[in-house]
Amino acid sequence: MLIGLYNYWVVVVLMMVGFYIVIAHGNLIKKIVGLSIFQTSVFIFYISMAKVDNGTAPILANGIEQYSNPLPHVLILTAIVVGIATTALGLALAVRIKEAYGSAEEEDIQKKDNLDC
Amino acid sequence: MDTLIQVSSSILLLIGSFLCLSGGVGILRFPDFYTRMHAVGVTETLATTMILIGLILHNPDFLVDVKLVIILLMTLFISPTASHALANAAIHNDLSKQKNDTSDSGVKPSKP
Amino acid sequence: MKDLLAVVMLLGIYSLLSASFFVLMDAVDVAFTEAAVGAGISTLLMLLAITMTGRTEHPTRHKPLLALAVVVVTGSLLIYGTLDMPYFGSAEAPIHQHVAPRYINDSMQEIGVPNIVTSVLASYRAFDTFGEVVVIFTAGMGVLALLSTVRRSEDNETIDSFNQSMHEQHLILRIVSKMMIPFILLFALYVQFHGDFGPGGGFQAGVIFASAIFLYTMLFGMSTARRVINQSFIQILAATGVLLYGSVGVVSLLNGKEFFDYSALSADPVAGQHLGILLIELGVGITVAAVMVIIFFNFADRRGYSPDKESEDL
Repeated sequence: MLIGLYNYWVVVVLMMVGFYIVIAHGNLIKKIVGLSIFQTSVFIFYISMAKVDNGTAPILANGIEQYSNPLPHVLILTAIVVGIATTALGLALAVRIKEAYGSAEEEDIQKKDNLDC
Repeated sequence: MDTLIQVSSSILLLIGSFLCLSGGVGILRFPDFYTRMHAVGVTETLATTMILIGLILHNPDFLVDVKLVIILLMTLFISPTASHALANAAIHNDLSKQKNDTSDSGVKPSKP
Repeated sequence: MKDLLAVVMLLGIYSLLSASFFVLMDAVDVAFTEAAVGAGISTLLMLLAITMTGRTEHPTRHKPLLALAVVVVTGSLLIYGTLDMPYFGSAEAPIHQHVAPRYINDSMQEIGVPNIVTSVLASYRAFDTFGEVVVIFTAGMGVLALLSTVRRSEDNETIDSFNQSMHEQHLILRIVSKMMIPFILLFALYVQFHGDFGPGGGFQAGVIFASAIFLYTMLFGMSTARRVINQSFIQILAATGVLLYGSVGVVSLLNGKEFFDYSALSADPVAGQHLGILLIELGVGITVAAVMVIIFFNFADRRGYSPDKESEDL
């Protein structure tokens, strides 16, 4: 009974893994990796909700009666491309921070900021 | 005739999967970077070829077969080139040919 | 795991696995996009970023127990929240009842395109896709603002002699890629225009087109690639895609209908829909390809940059 919800539990586990990586690691690149895992878990959440038993891909063809829901596919298509755009911008910011502060670790950056103030 | 095609496509798919698995075992068990490269480069190309030929035999639709043949040709070109690129990069960075298990220590090669 | 190169490679494998998972969930368009974007472009950009920020991570000095506690509490709350959700794959779930049957049933008569995802993305929800294209364009402009450097233009003789000396070393790769790049570009065009009938569309085509240019740039050097693709040309191209997309909507407005109502583009409404979808997918493809190339070129240029020049200006 409750085992029919296992896809949501997988999503929650992945989401928490990504969340933990973002808040627990100091390196900026690792934080971006954690953010990427978080994003992918949200995609899996939506796409697993769109699946209908005995359904096929939502491309109209003769002889198929049951289609999977196309609406979450559209939303996730947008989300994937926006995700790569924000990842690129985040990586550019990380590169610039490294150049300005000399390190990509959160502790060193905060120490240098406190020294300058 | 029909069952012959089905049986042969199943056999080819099984051979392809076995080759893929054996390439994976090779990555884990071989001692050196170059031998690992050799294991996975050869078996991966052959495994993809077997699986694609099995799929071509399985499918009666002509347009899908044309697309699978094009994918097969592309794989035959690209996969050995990728192995060559990796091995070239390793030589260029003086990866040692000895039997140690760390692979990016930048140690000079044993023979000049 | 301290080695960031291994982390980035594992992220690429994870993206590819999730793309195959999307295929199992009958989401073929999404799987295509995730494989092209996640396993290709994202891994490449992260590798470029690690070459500039450092390959290993410094070990943390304190144990992050508070973070672990927050994560466990949040996770258990979320799992408690999912107990109300509908079961996996049930056809009576609320999300399948209201809007989706209308799209599935009426898409063929109103728009005439077999791929329902394309018809929803490009026609029913065209305004959201417009916002997405503008977001991609903004990200490209952001990367340009952060990472652009002034490039000393080298004359052609130094570029040619550099190419000759590197040719011997990368001979096989250069020849094979010279044979492959036309096919990759052809495949990008095929995916662009075939998005109506199968998985595909503007985003995937733009990403594949950009990856062909990345292959050329990686093997032949940035100077040669800059000679082939000018900086101002690629910026104008990125803006042209967004302009094309917006002008389709404005033309519909000028013809008396609503914004992005494609039936105003031609006498027959269904033909108008086809024309509108073709034009906006073209706009999306052009912008995505140009922005990906802008991002890559700026990341690659930044590698040879030293901050001494900037301190001179200050």
